[in-house]
Amino acid sequence: MTTKLVGTPVQRVEDQRFLRGQGRYVDDIANDPSTLHAAVLRSPHAHARIIDIDVDEVLDLEGVHAVWTHDDLAGPMAEPLPLLIPHPSLTHGRTQYALAKDEVNYVGEAIAFVVADDRYVAEDAVGRIRVSYEFLPPVVGIDAARAATHLVHDDVPGNIGARMEQHNGDAPAAIAAAPHRLELDLTIERSACTPLEGRGTVARWDPDVNRLQVWSSTQTSTGVRAAVAVKMGLDLGQVDVITPDVGGGFGVKINHPWPEELLVPMAARALGRTVKFTEDRREHFISSAHERGQVQHIEVGFDDDGRLLGLDVMFWHDHGAYTPYGLIVPIITSTQLLGPYKPGAYRVVFESLYTNTVMVTPYRGAGRPQGCYAMERTMDAIAQFLGKDRAEVRAINFIQPDEFPYDHGLIFQDGRELEYDSGDYPASLVKLKALVGWDEFPAYKAEMAAAGRQVGIGLACYVEGTGVGPYEGAHVHIETSGKVKVATGLTTQGQGHATVFAQLVADELGVKHEDVEVVTGDTRRMPYAVGTFASRAAVMSGSAIHLAARRAKEKVLRIAAEALEADEKDLQIVDGVVSVKGSPGSAIDLGTVSVLSNPLRYAFDEASKAATQFSVGDPGKPPVAEGEEPGLEGRDFYSPERATFASGMHAVVVETDPETAEITILKYAVVHDCGNLINPMIVEGQIHGGVAQGVGGALYERMAYDESGQLLNASFMDFLMPYVTEVPDGIDIDHLETPSPLNPLGVKGAGEAGVIPSAAVFAAAIEDAEGIPIIAMPISPSDLFHLRQIHAKEPS
Amino acid sequence: MTEELHPVRLVVNETAYDIRVPARRLLSDALRQDLGLTGTHVGCEHGVCGACTILVDGKPMRSCLLFAVSAVGVEITTVEGLTNADGSLGPVQQAFAECHGLQCGFCTPGFLTTITAGLRDNPDPTHDEAREMIAGNLCRCTGYQNIVKAVERAAVLGAES
Repeated sequence: MTTKLVGTPVQRVEDQRFLRGQGRYVDDIANDPSTLHAAVLRSPHAHARIIDIDVDEVLDLEGVHAVWTHDDLAGPMAEPLPLLIPHPSLTHGRTQYALAKDEVNYVGEAIAFVVADDRYVAEDAVGRIRVSYEFLPPVVGIDAARAATHLVHDDVPGNIGARMEQHNGDAPAAIAAAPHRLELDLTIERSACTPLEGRGTVARWDPDVNRLQVWSSTQTSTGVRAAVAVKMGLDLGQVDVITPDVGGGFGVKINHPWPEELLVPMAARALGRTVKFTEDRREHFISSAHERGQVQHIEVGFDDDGRLLGLDVMFWHDHGAYTPYGLIVPIITSTQLLGPYKPGAYRVVFESLYTNTVMVTPYRGAGRPQGCYAMERTMDAIAQFLGKDRAEVRAINFIQPDEFPYDHGLIFQDGRELEYDSGDYPASLVKLKALVGWDEFPAYKAEMAAAGRQVGIGLACYVEGTGVGPYEGAHVHIETSGKVKVATGLTTQGQGHATVFAQLVADELGVKHEDVEVVTGDTRRMPYAVGTFASRAAVMSGSAIHLAARRAKEKVLRIAAEALEADEKDLQIVDGVVSVKGSPGSAIDLGTVSVLSNPLRYAFDEASKAATQFSVGDPGKPPVAEGEEPGLEGRDFYSPERATFASGMHAVVVETDPETAEITILKYAVVHDCGNLINPMIVEGQIHGGVAQGVGGALYERMAYDESGQLLNASFMDFLMPYVTEVPDGIDIDHLETPSPLNPLGVKGAGEAGVIPSAAVFAAAIEDAEGIPIIAMPISPSDLFHLRQIHAKEPS
Repeated sequence: MTEELHPVRLVVNETAYDIRVPARRLLSDALRQDLGLTGTHVGCEHGVCGACTILVDGKPMRSCLLFAVSAVGVEITTVEGLTNADGSLGPVQQAFAECHGLQCGFCTPGFLTTITAGLRDNPDPTHDEAREMIAGNLCRCTGYQNIVKAVERAAVLGAES
């Protein structure tokens, strides 16, 4: 009997390749001396008009093949890059050009593109380009953007790209009538995805067939394909985009097309050579996207029990110099802020603001960490005001298990209603309190205080809309060898898709896991797809693969029933063999079923003789029956009505050093509910990674822009990404499995969850340890030290 | 201006390679592009992330901070050289597979080489020593939890072999 694999910690099949150094990342593609290499001249100024670009000295350099500036671009390539997700509230959306036209708006914006024999020479050539600038005043930070003394774009008044409001009920009136009211002003700074592998693109033009092949380190092959085709004036059918192994994404690679994703194919066609661009680390800091920066003002009204009666939120979102990804991040903040709670009347207004800094597009969590921070700081403030237990105040506001589906009366990021499908928040809280020792903490804190040590505990809850549409698809092909080849169009950047998707197929088809091979992100294999973001791969492609495998199975059973002269209902498939239940002698393997599925005129080996015209088929019927197609394949798509909502809660215990203000993590606990688990090992790995990124975002990472718009810490020496020494030594995890009713697997997304509550939970724990309100994150030891000095001077 | 090329013999994973490279060519680029050993990854090119870590006469070094022309007369080991002679995974590699010590796999080669050297120096590390052993390498996916477990598992596998 085949053991069921879904729900078990199957070891990853992709690791065999990675561990031997045989991964194929984009910089490993076309690794031969004939490949040309690109380098980009990037603006050293945050805001300037380009007066002149002198490239005369570039082509004198031996080994240089070509240089492009905006003047050399033609047709759609010379137009602004696409605004991927338009929205009626984005009244002043702006995108950059593949190469800057007339003006630059952030340090790092691409100005010229050089192709040479190798990257060293290409960089030499970039150094020879002379640009004359007329400097313009830079707008850096949300305060400067709001003041609007200077404008990022002349035609965007007030630097406001969008102003959006949503409400459910009359929040100001509810707050005014509430027994208690509080106001909070919070800030959260910028961070970034910083995958270990930056962006990269390789392209090869084949003049013999007029086709372009592109490899890109992207989170959406189909998106890049469509963009490249449009910009290069090619038919979609002339462009293949292949996403090879990707060295981490975390969101930054969902934005597309990056300038180089267009310029590399353009150069490959123009030069008739394979061209490669590999982003270096400094380039990644100054020319890929950032996220997180917001300023928030919250007004809340509540009753004596801490029950929310009205919540009125205004926030200002720094979206950088351009808005290619629309309003997705602030819309998510504004809706997912509500977490597991019933807010009473709710109003949220945001302004999405231009600054002369790197653009903002989703980073793991995508606006949720900021929303969670706003809501959870509010919960803590209410508890403190009322002198109540922080967990108790949360519990009284929870949506209850019998209230699902729960409609918040708002519109979510996918244009659909914000309606939660399922969850059990009270049960999660019970688990979390037990896991972290919430009720025992006051005694522990007193004990530590007696020993001269200062500790604090915090908790934070979140709900995460995962698995947004519009759709994903899958193709399952059972070959005559009996091996199963699976293709889905979204991409993989470390999630173990080849393993988990094979688990689904193995279970549904009744084949061995090792006989299933999964390909992702290759438009030749599955041209209809959306991408890997919003914790959607397991939900979307997982469901599509499950459905496609079911279709293949149905066909297997039809053919096998005929071959075995049995009823389909009496058949079973175990380890790749179809047999009649109870009569093991009556069996046929999947490879033979595959042979029979494709009526042949010509035999090419022993097995295929079984499918030739004198061997099979009723001479009175067409060889391919009506309604059937040749081949043993299944193809299907999954398109849900709306997102499915995962949830979870984190708690952390920190110790703060009374002298140095160093913040040490003593315990970190996670309760996580992503519905049914396909592979618990991989889900826990996702949580570990998210928590570590959250620690970075809460305690270490910030984008240190100076007033002139220079990013002062654009290296791994100065941007403090956590090493093992900064992350908790052990993360306690407990799962709840509340299935989603929206998809056939009952799963919810898990990729982003680990990072969502970090800023909130650390602020809460540090506040608890210090007795000082924490209203700005991230917080470093020196920030805390200064806070202590301020509060010592002005005791509250 | 033609760049002057220098003949260099690199000995990598017990194989000698004769190449001609400019003086400024980084060892990481020479390994990847001239030798085709793309298992060594480049994550920052300023010596901080550790993805490009190789073993030079058994000692972990950042190949992005070395010039190819300076790597003569030494024995270099890359991730491709950590596999057993029969093609099976070496103990550190095997431990990573068992413990889910990798996700995207990009930083992994640098961890594997670093831990290989670390366990050679200290075959039976304490938990704190296992953490310390990997404290110079960056990983953005795993949160290090399972990498620490993999160090401890590799020590067990190494002791068994």
